[in-house]
Amino acid sequence: MEKSRRSFLKIAGVAALGVGFTKPTLNAYASSVVGPHPQIGDKALSAHHWGMVIDTRKFHSEKDLEPIVEACHKAHNVPDFSDMPNATSAEKKRHEIKWIWGEPYHNAFTDKENHYQSHRIEHLSFPVLCNHCEEPPCVLACPTKATFRRDDGIVLMDFHRCIGCRFCMAACPYGSRSFNFVDPRRAENLKEETCPDFPTRMKGVVEKCNLCAERLAKGLQPACAEASKGAIAVGDLGDPHSNVRVLLEHNFSIRRKPSLGTEPSVYYIV
Amino acid sequence: MNDKKLIIIGLLIFFGVCSSVCWYNWLSAAEKGAPEPLLSEKAKAAGYCVVPKDKMKAEHMKILDQWREHVVRTGKREYVIPETGRTFNMSLSTGEDSCMGCHSNKSEFCDRCHDYASVKPYCWDCHLEPKEKE
Amino acid sequence: MLETALKGNRTYWVWLGILALIIGAGFVVYLQQFKIGLGITGMSRDVSWGFYIAQFTFLVGVAAGGVMIVLPYYLHDYKAFGKITILGEFLAVSAISMCLMFIIADLGQPMRALNVILHPTPRSMLFYDMIVLNGYLFLNIFVGWIVLQCERNSVPPPKWIKPFIYISIPFAFGIHTVTAYLYCGLPGRHFWLTAILAPRFLSSAFAAGPAFLILLCFILRKFTSFDAGEKAIQTVSKIVTYAIIANVFFFGCEVFVAMYSGIPGHVVHLKYLFVDGILAPWMWTSMALMLLAILLLLYPPTRRNESVLIVACILVFAGTWIDKGLGMISGGFVPNPLHQMNEYAPTGMELMITLAVWAAGFFILTVLYKMAVTVKEETA
Repeated sequence: MEKSRRSFLKIAGVAALGVGFTKPTLNAYASSVVGPHPQIGDKALSAHHWGMVIDTRKFHSEKDLEPIVEACHKAHNVPDFSDMPNATSAEKKRHEIKWIWGEPYHNAFTDKENHYQSHRIEHLSFPVLCNHCEEPPCVLACPTKATFRRDDGIVLMDFHRCIGCRFCMAACPYGSRSFNFVDPRRAENLKEETCPDFPTRMKGVVEKCNLCAERLAKGLQPACAEASKGAIAVGDLGDPHSNVRVLLEHNFSIRRKPSLGTEPSVYYIV
Repeated sequence: MNDKKLIIIGLLIFFGVCSSVCWYNWLSAAEKGAPEPLLSEKAKAAGYCVVPKDKMKAEHMKILDQWREHVVRTGKREYVIPETGRTFNMSLSTGEDSCMGCHSNKSEFCDRCHDYASVKPYCWDCHLEPKEKE
Repeated sequence: MLETALKGNRTYWVWLGILALIIGAGFVVYLQQFKIGLGITGMSRDVSWGFYIAQFTFLVGVAAGGVMIVLPYYLHDYKAFGKITILGEFLAVSAISMCLMFIIADLGQPMRALNVILHPTPRSMLFYDMIVLNGYLFLNIFVGWIVLQCERNSVPPPKWIKPFIYISIPFAFGIHTVTAYLYCGLPGRHFWLTAILAPRFLSSAFAAGPAFLILLCFILRKFTSFDAGEKAIQTVSKIVTYAIIANVFFFGCEVFVAMYSGIPGHVVHLKYLFVDGILAPWMWTSMALMLLAILLLLYPPTRRNESVLIVACILVFAGTWIDKGLGMISGGFVPNPLHQMNEYAPTGMELMITLAVWAAGFFILTVLYKMAVTVKEETA
């Protein structure tokens, strides 16, 4: 009796395992062949490896960056706490959120500092953003895969899943990540107007540039590229004939902190 | 040691307090009755959704969860139904063909039942609700 | 056994009452943080981990320090520690409890904490940290409880408990090694990017934990009839001595490599901590405390003098706390990866929550020690 009970349990266990394994496989099979299923849209732009080339020769002053930053931050409902009433200036600075912004050469390229620098470089403001690294330390650090690298090279955030541990912020060697220390909808600019094409975030999650994945899916260029008057090109680094590869072939370019082995996908023509 | 009475009274109070939530729900439900979600003109005119109504009622939260997984993580943003050739924009709140693009009346379509069932989905902490006409 | 903690004298209840008050006050502040977000703290885009994670790091060390009692007793049959192993284990329990509370306090979305299990990610060091911390917590509760129960019933501990004890030893080293790996595997954070970080963490742990245990033994002797014994305390104090020497030595290696090589990325953090930053007076104090402690502990007549030993242990605890609980985290974040200086200082609310977590830890510690001491008194 005891023996038969045990063997029944064994068989039941194996059967349960079998069901567990086969069901998802069957589902996946079914959805890829017939029946309703999700797909990538026809208009979507695709690439083997998305990358960006910034031609800094086309920037002349900090003013040239402003429309780019504004286009990005507007398109993604990035909160601006700078005119927050009853907040100290220290608080405003601490809670700052930025996806793309300008930095002087010696801050953007910390391992390429020179005592004597050309006048143009010395006074130029370099746009910095998430580098969409090939070996992203933030992805390595994230304990929930809330930040991950898509097959096409874009490093993305899943805001639904982020637990707000901020390990990715410690891991990022470029300071590209911001944390929502407070509810972003408290910011004046988002109270006034929000862009309906992209959600805001909630407090307690990390955010950063997403290379406009939502715009690429609609066949649009990233907001920064669109606003840059040709200074920023986004394209397929995996295709030797792409716009970005042609630019890189004909111009000398640098990347931020290449010695760390993170392999940034953002190139700067200087 | 004759605490029988006290123990029974204590137990009654304990179970009373514990089950009070259920009692409250049953009584208040009988009073009000479960609400039906209202369809917007656009949704009415369309006459269909991604899945039949009953399945949607029971499983919309699961569908939304699967959709967000697809959109955010695989970049698949279009839901196609080969039988009818219809495609949907797999988005809760952005664009014409999204959930809220059709069901533009959040307060009548979403909130009525959610309020009734006391569920507070945090969708709207981030996703922007469509501006409803007064 | 828990019932032994429900009977105590006036001092015991007043002490627990004070702790409960602090916990309650801190909890109210935490509710505020829960509502508003981590914006109530002094943390920023650049210094994205602050006081909470620093306390966490220090307390993982205190928890790991307990193994310095467990290891000699169970692996080398060092009998003098027989009486105090339970204190080491229960100290670990309360320290790990504090660690877990600090982690929860530090999360932006604490309600989603279990995503770490729902979406397990073995490439992330936090995944392993979760495993070793919870494992070590379980092992210490389990082993401590079973052994104490047996002691109460005047029977020898069961044989099957031995594997759990042996496993708890590598776990103790594991918790602090993995905690160091959280930091030292990050490219671009040069202050932490050093192979000696884990050894340094362990040495400061094996100084701070046992030093605290010595202090606890003296407190127990004053308030209860429990006496750890001169021999045990003297041996622990020698462990503290060599651990704190190792800690200072490892730090010296760190300073040498940074300053002699002169590589700016390495120099800049030390310069921030000891010269430029708001923490400079603290860091020098920390160094002075640790060096003075070494002098007092190394010289046998001062070490054997109980009052001096108490002072030395306080110096060790305070010195390592400043080093790890203040400097270690800020020092790595300032200057930021773009070489900009943005200082960090905790806010009052942040300090209140921190204080409450410490109080909660002491509450757990008091209750556990009450149990242990009562059992020892019963069987004595």
